[in-house]
Amino acid sequence: MGIRERLSGNEAVAVAMRQINPDVVAAFPITPSTEIPQYFSTFVANGQVDTEFVAVESEHSAMSACIGAEAAGSRAMTATSANGLSLMWEMIYIASSLRLPIILNLVNRAVSGPLNIHNDHSDAMGVRDAGWIMLFSENNQEAYDNTLMAHRIAEHPKVKLPLMVCQDGFITSHSIENIELLEDDKVKEFVGEYHPEHYLLNKKEPIAIGPLDLQAYLFEHKAQQAEAMNNAKEVIAEVAADFEKLTGRKYSFFEEYKLDDAEIAIVCMNSTAGTTKAVVDKLREQGVKAGLLKIRMFRPFPAEEVAKSLEHLKAVAVLDKSDSLNGMGGALFEDVTSGMYVSGKSVPTINYVYGIGGRDTKETDIEKVYTDLAEIAKSGKAENPYRYLGLRREGE
Amino acid sequence: MTNIDNNTPMEKMTIGGDIYESGNAKEFKTGDWRSLCPVWIEEKCTQCGLCFPVCPDDAIPVGDDQKRTNFNYDYCKGCGVCAQVCPFKAIEMKEEGK
Repeated sequence: MGIRERLSGNEAVAVAMRQINPDVVAAFPITPSTEIPQYFSTFVANGQVDTEFVAVESEHSAMSACIGAEAAGSRAMTATSANGLSLMWEMIYIASSLRLPIILNLVNRAVSGPLNIHNDHSDAMGVRDAGWIMLFSENNQEAYDNTLMAHRIAEHPKVKLPLMVCQDGFITSHSIENIELLEDDKVKEFVGEYHPEHYLLNKKEPIAIGPLDLQAYLFEHKAQQAEAMNNAKEVIAEVAADFEKLTGRKYSFFEEYKLDDAEIAIVCMNSTAGTTKAVVDKLREQGVKAGLLKIRMFRPFPAEEVAKSLEHLKAVAVLDKSDSLNGMGGALFEDVTSGMYVSGKSVPTINYVYGIGGRDTKETDIEKVYTDLAEIAKSGKAENPYRYLGLRREGE
Repeated sequence: MTNIDNNTPMEKMTIGGDIYESGNAKEFKTGDWRSLCPVWIEEKCTQCGLCFPVCPDDAIPVGDDQKRTNFNYDYCKGCGVCAQVCPFKAIEMKEEGK
């Protein structure tokens, strides 16, 4: 059962794409995701896939080519990072509004400037309201598994939305770790074939896609997208259940790590969850009831479920690897706290903006968060909720 | 499909506004934002054939007998090019609604 390998996060995604064998891949190189299309183009050159590889001249064109390919009725995939995603921005909205289930692997990296190519989540947070399903991955295994599940979620008739799989630039994209791969034939069977009901190359049914959509119609079409995003929750759960039967690996909307009996907890995404787990284990040995909630499904956001999962805690810290520069806190913090408020759950909650521009986040940083949380749990007061972690400041 | 209009609830609309048939542009009536309206004065018209080729849309219908008939106001945007080219003053531009 399974093939034991050691791969970087980028290699893992490229292997998943080889096994999926999409009809079209259109991509433009940008660090740190460059390796994904690079490895994949090798598979194309070696004849290991049937994919039409479109070497475009920009990310705007990459997403445009994917839109054209999906509208034509084929499966299209791409990969990018940071400013590459920024250049796609216009087409990102076209893809979701035309309801084209394109799969994008986003290797998270700071959106410049000043110029930076290292990991944070500012690229993903910039498109969080663009109508894409967004799955985050702690390590290479999760990036691989999320990519294998992606098409079945995105192409589901009740969903029909594009999906991006996120992983941390360099931290997981360029780190080689152990991984368990599925056999090619099992992936093929699991992912299945794509037969859209309506598509441009169907000569029996000439159709128009993306027509003028003025005051009388756009509102309803946006509401349809919102409904599809709601439907996605159920489909994501169904596909994860099937994936678990096949691999034994369980994926929920979020992972609860030693959270049941915890008194204080951190909420975060991607690779920081790995560091946090190590700290939780250490603190548990010292008798500190620390826990972790790692978000996998960021869009749609499981607000009610997260609120329910956190309600028993004495203090919560939400870690944002992107600063919203809005005077009130990061995007994940806003989502978690508004989810809690609307559900009528009240737990003292603070926000840490951390790891910006690839700033290393060490176990000692995470320990500091739990130390702060222990104090808040004691006092019951979450003062100054918009904080920084690992920032150099005078007098600190 | 063609029955979708501004009373159609979202559940009955196609996703993304897709149109599952061809040749549907003519169903989009573009004449409703006209501010100037051409009026055809039939008795002055000599059927010289200069007006309909300059119409940027398809607002001057021409029959099999090569003769024009009255304007199709569903598509006329009131640009006035036809009135300009008419040598016989057989097309007058009037303000819409007057």
